[in-house]
Amino acid sequence: MSTKAEQIIEQVRAGRVWRSVFRSGTGQSTLHRALAIQQNIFLHLFATKVRKRMVRFSATWYLGTLTFGTFLILVITGILLMLYYHPSVPQAYADMKDLQFVVSSGLFLRNLHRWSAQLMVFLVFAHMFKVFYRGAYRTPREFNWVIGIVLLLITLLLSYTGYLLPWDQLAYWAITVGSNLSSAVPLVGSKIHFLLLGGNQVNANALLRFYVLHCVILPLAAILFIAIHFWRIRKDGGLYVQQSDPRAQADVESEPDAKEVQ
Amino acid sequence: MPDATLELTHKLPAELDRRAFFTKIGLGSLSIAAAGTIVFSYEYLSPNVLYEPSAIVNVGKPENFAVNSVTMDVNSGIYLVRAEEGYFALSAVCTHLGCLTAWNQDLGIIACPCHGSKFTRTGEKIEGPAPKPLPWLKTWVDDEGDLMVDRSTDIPSLQYLRI
Repeated sequence: MSTKAEQIIEQVRAGRVWRSVFRSGTGQSTLHRALAIQQNIFLHLFATKVRKRMVRFSATWYLGTLTFGTFLILVITGILLMLYYHPSVPQAYADMKDLQFVVSSGLFLRNLHRWSAQLMVFLVFAHMFKVFYRGAYRTPREFNWVIGIVLLLITLLLSYTGYLLPWDQLAYWAITVGSNLSSAVPLVGSKIHFLLLGGNQVNANALLRFYVLHCVILPLAAILFIAIHFWRIRKDGGLYVQQSDPRAQADVESEPDAKEVQ
Repeated sequence: MPDATLELTHKLPAELDRRAFFTKIGLGSLSIAAAGTIVFSYEYLSPNVLYEPSAIVNVGKPENFAVNSVTMDVNSGIYLVRAEEGYFALSAVCTHLGCLTAWNQDLGIIACPCHGSKFTRTGEKIEGPAPKPLPWLKTWVDDEGDLMVDRSTDIPSLQYLRI
């Protein structure tokens, strides 16, 4: 029994415009639902069919989803902050102060960006601890753990490069100290230090380089690896669910072929 | 004539047929281009001109400094010390992780605020994580009688400048 709203939705979905975008059409058959996944550019990377149990957010105690949530907040607030921030020595600190005291909602956006950044680092670690202590990194999920390590490094680098941008004393000395660590690399240490800062000291070039890393290169790398991470979840047979979990047990009993990898 | 073609292919030397030759040429050119890209990228990323303050600093007339005084120049990150033996300049940048150290007149030591390294007036390490003493810097008097310090050139310690 369908309501009026459902009828309207069905009409739209059967209409010519909708069908021109989503060519698989409506219908509840397995084929239709498989086509809906396969013919969508964003979904076609994924397996056409997964068990709900395999992608349930609760399997990671929501930590994976929450990490991704903070990342989305950081991307959105970060883009908005870029509209007022100039990565140059005379302006950077003043722009940061302007965002706090002059721009409408600037304080809110800056704080949201900052707190989400702190939270994301915390959540990444919490997510990794959960995966580690539950043994969810084991076969067949070893490689997704490795991608997770890469994502951890990208998160830390994003956090580190963003630290310089306010261009205050804390930022300046933190980056002076942090970039000097790279000088400790044998043989090429001082070269890496020079390339990272674009000079011998934290100055205009370093600010610009860190800005580009923070706003372009590292976020793109993060998006790429997040995509692989999510794709691998499905390819590795879904999220790890402890077998003693009663809900998981119920699922396994109701689905005789649940162990089959799609 | 499939048989003739087959015979022809068999006659070709096994080491290098035309396809393998062009594959080699192609891969070779790509490797050269890739190596070139790495070199060009490295060159592009290392700036040739730096808009950084000059390494050579003019600290003024020698007689401005009292005997047994330590004067810090915060902007250039150096100490100018006038000891009884003569003048010397010391880098104020901590050898641990590059923080700017500070001279403590009361205790008569140089201390780093970041990780607690301590040095004597002559740059020797007293304690802390710093791996090396603070380097002595090349110091001389120019033609106008001004004391000059080259921050990029270290000299062995205890080479006092006597005027």
